[in-house]
Amino acid sequence: MTGHTHPTSLGADGPMVRFSKVTKRYGPLTVLDSLDLDVGANEMVSIIGPSGSGKTTVLRMLMTLEEIDEGVIYVDGQPLTHMERGGTLVKANAAHLRRQRTNIGMVFQHFNLFPHMTALQNCMEAPVQVLGLGKDEAEARSVELLDMVGLADKKDQHPSRLSGGQQQRVAIARALAMRPKVMLLDEVTSALDPEVIGEVLNVIRRLNSEHSLTMLMVTHQMGFAKEISDRVCFFYAGRIAEQGPPEQIFGNAQNERTKQFLSAVLSAG
Amino acid sequence: MSYTEFLAEHGSRLVSGAVVTAQQTVLAAILAVAIAVVMGLMRLSGNGAVRGTAVCYIEFFRGTSLLVQLYWIFFVLPLFGITLEKFTAGFVAVGMNLGAYGAEVVRGAIQSVPRGQYEAALALNMSPLTRMRRIIFPQAILIMLPPWGNLLIELLKATALVALISVSDLMFEAKQINGSTFLSIEAFGSALIIYYVMARLFISPSMRWFERVMARKMGRA
Amino acid sequence: MFDWRWDFVIEIMPRLLWATLNTLMAAGIGYGIALVLGLVFALAQRTPYRALTLIVRELVELIRSTPLVLQIFFVFFVGPQFGIRLSPWTSGMIAIGLHYAAYLSEVYRGGLEAVPKGQWEACRALNLSARRTYFGIIIPQALPASLPGMGNYLVGIFKDTPMLSVIGVAELMHTANALGSETYRFLEPYTLVGVIFLMISLPTAAGLRSFEAWVRQSLGMTK
Repeated sequence: MTGHTHPTSLGADGPMVRFSKVTKRYGPLTVLDSLDLDVGANEMVSIIGPSGSGKTTVLRMLMTLEEIDEGVIYVDGQPLTHMERGGTLVKANAAHLRRQRTNIGMVFQHFNLFPHMTALQNCMEAPVQVLGLGKDEAEARSVELLDMVGLADKKDQHPSRLSGGQQQRVAIARALAMRPKVMLLDEVTSALDPEVIGEVLNVIRRLNSEHSLTMLMVTHQMGFAKEISDRVCFFYAGRIAEQGPPEQIFGNAQNERTKQFLSAVLSAG
Repeated sequence: MSYTEFLAEHGSRLVSGAVVTAQQTVLAAILAVAIAVVMGLMRLSGNGAVRGTAVCYIEFFRGTSLLVQLYWIFFVLPLFGITLEKFTAGFVAVGMNLGAYGAEVVRGAIQSVPRGQYEAALALNMSPLTRMRRIIFPQAILIMLPPWGNLLIELLKATALVALISVSDLMFEAKQINGSTFLSIEAFGSALIIYYVMARLFISPSMRWFERVMARKMGRA
Repeated sequence: MFDWRWDFVIEIMPRLLWATLNTLMAAGIGYGIALVLGLVFALAQRTPYRALTLIVRELVELIRSTPLVLQIFFVFFVGPQFGIRLSPWTSGMIAIGLHYAAYLSEVYRGGLEAVPKGQWEACRALNLSARRTYFGIIIPQALPASLPGMGNYLVGIFKDTPMLSVIGVAELMHTANALGSETYRFLEPYTLVGVIFLMISLPTAAGLRSFEAWVRQSLGMTK
């Protein structure tokens, strides 16, 4: 962390998520380039951009699936990637990461449901094993969530028996069962057949309107992003090229690259 | 003498030898599986010392000959104060040797579990122990069953070497019968057939049955 | 108890080294036989003659499912029953060669199966001869997939040579046994044999891995 000194915590009215000068490299390739990004509580932010622009890396770093090279990520006012030691920040150890991770949940492009467990067991697993919930309480919570995503009748089915859209909805319920403050959605409809995309988007709509969740969504569903987001970030070459309310990005983009990307995407769709 | 006459006279010895072979196989298999799981997991540890120990064990037992290991355990260990009687030395040597190969099978299977499973478990904030115990290892078991089937057949064949430290298994009995009757074709041929039957008509079908059971348990039927 | 004598080691080293050479030769010849015979077994299972395919298949299964040491005894003792007096060395080579030929045939078959069907069809469409098809197109692609298996069995054959001691072939194990019986000292001979095996098999295994990588690269098929 050359130069910039990062605070050891953010104030009470700070953002729910903050990327502060975050850099991520894979060998010679710089995937995120001194990124600054704030997400407010209960805000729904869509991240769009060409592949290789760093969009998925943003989510993966927030979920601690990737390590940070430079900068600090804060979640709910506290540093995530670092911890405080004697007034300064040092790289977080495993215990710190585990404590901070409870605030964040993620839904993956390829669902990643546990194949040897039923839908219900998938949802119950982490609350029981990680949060220490009793079996009954975990089951009640999971049944309620599966009902919310419209799959109460499939709770005893294994993932192999479910369609892609159904699996993804179970994945959403599974992530919610941990009651995270921040939900990360990584191209959650990209691996789905067109006819089941709608059911997943419906669930996300409900999440957005009925739950107080901060959401970051990487997506190629431009129409959906326009409809549901509070803010849209267009990523290019590891940096935010442009961000703003959906009307601005989709209707009146200021940046040349944004316009190019959108015209290419929208003409192909 | 005809083959039926041969069997009438010497069949019981072959059968008792086969029983000993079966015992050696089962005991060695239990030992091999236990060692394989422990060493396989240790091989994947983040801790350098743990991992190094596993690597040394695996490379040593895979890099040297089972016969040499068997002789060493039976003839040389007594000099260090550890005297095993021959039946024990037999299955211990076979178990320790095949456990090393098994460790690589276990390791390969664990590493074959899709990366997304690790990531999902991590995203749900599971500890590494919970993740391995509840998510990764159960899936690895199904993956490792076919190679284990082959390994168990190798184990059965390996037990034939204990005859060389005079354990009265099938190999030993066949040698004895050959030594006294010089009916080599009947003696060794019968032994070949019995080993074949044990491998192809017992071990292989059993493993396939076990694979089906596990697949059903994992909801993959 | 633990009574290692270095002077004894120096005394027995020459015999052990000579035996090592014998062992390496046995392994080398056995492997050579297995390489060729294995290819025969593999190709024999791809002919249109059902009877041949079945017989070879069952023979391969029989050899792979039964202990090598038993096969060694079988070849050594059964030969004379038919009037063929085989020396320990010869019967040992035949048994090991057959045994590993069976294993290698499976490796070859796996390698051949790994080549996409489309390759065979392209060769047919271009009217290439069977010879050119196999040697120019198919086998170079089957090779990278087969090499790990072939390498493993090279190391495997080397480690199985001690079994030849049971019929009196003067390889490492046999020599160690002899030394032990002559001098009543087993510690040094058996330990040294183990060490010699490690010193040969570990670098060989590592070298084979590099070789596989080199082959894959030179055939333009980097993974």
